[in-house]
Amino acid sequence: MPLLSTLARLEAVRAGHARPLATVRHRHLGAEPLVLVPLTTAGEAGAPLGAMLGTDRHEPRILVIPQPRDRDLRWEFLGELARLLMPHIESYADAVEPAERTETDPETGRKTKVEAELCVDAPQIVVPSRAGIEYVRLLGRSMRFRRTAEEDPENPYPAPSQVPLLGRWFTHLAERSRVPGSSMLLAATDLLSRHWATGQSNLEDQHLGSLLAWISPPEGVTGAEWALRMELGRDQDGQLLCPPAGPATDPAFDNRLLAPAIAKFDAARASGGPRDGDAVRLAERAVRKLVVSQMENTWWQTWEAIDLLRTLPPGERTEERWTRDRWSFTGHRDRVRAGEPPQPRRDDAVTAAQKLATRETEQVRLDAQEALDDPLVMAGRRFAGEAFAGEVTEVAMEWSEGKRPRPRPLLTVATEDRPQLADEGGGKVFRSLDGRQQAFEFVRREEDGQLVLRVLDKMGAGREPVAGSVPEKGDRVCWTLFEHDARGGPKLPDPENTPWTHGGPPGSATAPALDAVTDEDLL
Amino acid sequence: MTTAFDPGAAADRATAAILHDTLHGRERGVVVDSPPGAGKSTLVVRAARELAAAGRRLMVVAQTNAQVDDLVLRLAAKDPELKVGRLHSSDADAYDPALRELPSVTLSARPADLAELPVTISTAAKWAYVKAEPWEHAIVDEAYQMRSDALLAVAGLFERALFVGDPGQLDPFSVVGAEQWAGLSYDPSASAVSTLLAHNPQLPQHRLPVSWRLPATAAPLVSRAFYPYSQFRSGTGPGERRLAYGVASDGSGPDRVLDEAAEAGWGLLELPARHTPRTDPEAVGAVALVVRRALDRGAVTSDEQSPVPAPLTPSRIAVGTAHRDQAAAVRSALASLGVSGVTVDTANRLQGREYDLTVVLHPLSGRPDATAFHLETGRLCVLASRHRHACVVVARAGIAELLDDHPSTEPVRLGATAGRPTTRSSPTWPNTAWPGGRRAIPSRAGGGPRIRGRATRRR
Repeated sequence: MPLLSTLARLEAVRAGHARPLATVRHRHLGAEPLVLVPLTTAGEAGAPLGAMLGTDRHEPRILVIPQPRDRDLRWEFLGELARLLMPHIESYADAVEPAERTETDPETGRKTKVEAELCVDAPQIVVPSRAGIEYVRLLGRSMRFRRTAEEDPENPYPAPSQVPLLGRWFTHLAERSRVPGSSMLLAATDLLSRHWATGQSNLEDQHLGSLLAWISPPEGVTGAEWALRMELGRDQDGQLLCPPAGPATDPAFDNRLLAPAIAKFDAARASGGPRDGDAVRLAERAVRKLVVSQMENTWWQTWEAIDLLRTLPPGERTEERWTRDRWSFTGHRDRVRAGEPPQPRRDDAVTAAQKLATRETEQVRLDAQEALDDPLVMAGRRFAGEAFAGEVTEVAMEWSEGKRPRPRPLLTVATEDRPQLADEGGGKVFRSLDGRQQAFEFVRREEDGQLVLRVLDKMGAGREPVAGSVPEKGDRVCWTLFEHDARGGPKLPDPENTPWTHGGPPGSATAPALDAVTDEDLL
Repeated sequence: MTTAFDPGAAADRATAAILHDTLHGRERGVVVDSPPGAGKSTLVVRAARELAAAGRRLMVVAQTNAQVDDLVLRLAAKDPELKVGRLHSSDADAYDPALRELPSVTLSARPADLAELPVTISTAAKWAYVKAEPWEHAIVDEAYQMRSDALLAVAGLFERALFVGDPGQLDPFSVVGAEQWAGLSYDPSASAVSTLLAHNPQLPQHRLPVSWRLPATAAPLVSRAFYPYSQFRSGTGPGERRLAYGVASDGSGPDRVLDEAAEAGWGLLELPARHTPRTDPEAVGAVALVVRRALDRGAVTSDEQSPVPAPLTPSRIAVGTAHRDQAAAVRSALASLGVSGVTVDTANRLQGREYDLTVVLHPLSGRPDATAFHLETGRLCVLASRHRHACVVVARAGIAELLDDHPSTEPVRLGATAGRPTTRSSPTWPNTAWPGGRRAIPSRAGGGPRIRGRATRRR
């Protein structure tokens, strides 16, 4: 953990409430995020218990399965989930704007600009916790290989329409959420702990209730006390005051309340009454009431988290990152429309390497952009010796040698920061000039500790630098040792050209087998 | 009947077998495991010359620019006639300026300029951008430090390859999570060799059996602790390497540990147990003082090559740390003691380098916790295997307890190579707490138990 975050946590303990870790919001938050609170059944992976979802906090759509182990009821639930979610996702698919995309020409290998369409916005789903993101991934995996009655009329147990499609979208969202800085599928706990430091551990920060307790405790109570109550407080029946944000439920709730209610539902069905008969409906309503009682609190807390984040102004570069999310949404839309098969169960060697390269590039970009957007984050980088702020005390004009001398001014900078620069000079540092990166060479450290830098670029094509492109005496400037943007990696071979070191092309003797369509939800 | 171990003959036999498989073998690849200081670079240079002599167009892949420049210099020194291309990036200081002095070396940022040369050398990162007809043969140096995805990007450039590397050093890593591919044979964050062998288990695998760098006091310990599946021995026998001082001990801790290290090859300077920040001022000061005293006491070394004692200069001493800020703190502590010219760096950057005396700040010294980073035995292995004479470790007491308090609890992943059970301390090194091998088994095919299975569930 960076030293500055540790300090913020210590301050939070002393102050009794959370301390800010950021002065701006570092993630995109759209006008209409969809909140999804899923719950799962204990003891069976991927058996949903219920879900609460919607874009309006006052009108949540609520789905509950009265007997989660009944596969028919489960597919009914997933069908209903798809019926509610797919229109929301698809509503973003048709509003497009013209854009340019860089493509590599397969014949010349040159990069060329290609006209393309880009969706003007993309869906954004907020789940309460990181486990919720994992659950979206799990549901995606259980749904995307199923076939509907239209696709496979012979199948005795077809999946409800749109369920495989939702599986593919869930898979895409969950995969995208692994890209640093992406905002299509977010966890409320991650959002809050990025922007506030509490006086508890990282592990405890994954409890939405106690995290919120630290950030906005009621009047007269410390965050620590309120967080403890949120985490452990129980009523006279032994039920948690603040039910967990899920998807897993509290065992005391499962054992004392849920299991008997489900048993009653089973008994009512077993007694032979019709499915819509009074006894069955009464039992179903009882289960529903219980499950809603567990989701409701989390629902409101997730919205509270969104409200808290809206109090921060958006970081300047969050929109640029959101544009990448929009590209990712548009790309998946195109793949679905082109009739491509669902994402494979396992990535092939090339796809895995490509994903890892993308995520590493995005992590570097995110680290740089957060620091440039936010002086508090930059302070942490300065503290770590990865950036420094200082005052220009002297500017000396110099020119490069050669037929057409170019300006290479030397700056002397006084700083109290301690950047990790080699004493003997060498290496580059960067500053942001109107949003673009300007490079400087670190020349040497003077006897009195001042740094000598040489401006390298962004000074125009002439012999004299363009006005404003060279810092002047007395200017205070912040330089970074890291570059402001990240370069993508090299082009990898196409999957059909996978080399022998990695198993050869698909279909060759040592390559892994392809996925089969399944008639049940193999996880 | 027992015959005395002849290190020279054993090493020659191994080299001959490697070269035979490389030049005449039927398989597309050959893998060579090399312990620290076993003559890996010598092998690479020799293999490069023999492949070039056999008329095979050769590309050499190394991992860093420093490694590439070093190889070019060695090749040029050994064979000034051999035309070598050094493919470099277009950055200003892309290569060592000393290369410009070599008449046999062509420098270029464009692969086309070097296409006709018998040998072309570059980094994996630069090779990944090259589009050209495949080379007949490749030598991949430091293959255990290379990530699987880096190999994927360059493997299309060669028909056959010799992979050389040290399985005991730091594993490649990724700054983002790569758990979703753990256990896949082509996990992009794993080492290139583990992917290669998972897909081509029939490839011949060799090892270099003799460490010419490590003294007789160090080789058995390092071999047992970090190379359980590819044991090696030292090229020199007991007493062939000597470290002595012109000035007698003043009885202080640093002097006593230096004497101990001269005698035993290892020394542990243990400070009182305490939880400290990373740049523990007391430990950093102790490290600097040990270096200062070694120089003040007029340390001299003698070895198999030069039996006449020669003074130990600052350039032959290195200080190794786990973190960069620790290295910076040691540097400034040394400067304030008036010592200059001593190499101070992190384990990552000390890889592949060699010194007479090393002083190591133990990665777990003063820590309240033991994270995967600090437990990585590759890091310890690098720090404990850079020296030709002696290694002094500076650490706070309590590391053994720390290890007991933090049993390794890595999740079990299907298909992933399982870690070796922890053995806490090494019996040959009393009074120390060296975690002898909390390391996943070096990635050799069949090297250890693998857990296989499919997470499926039926109705």
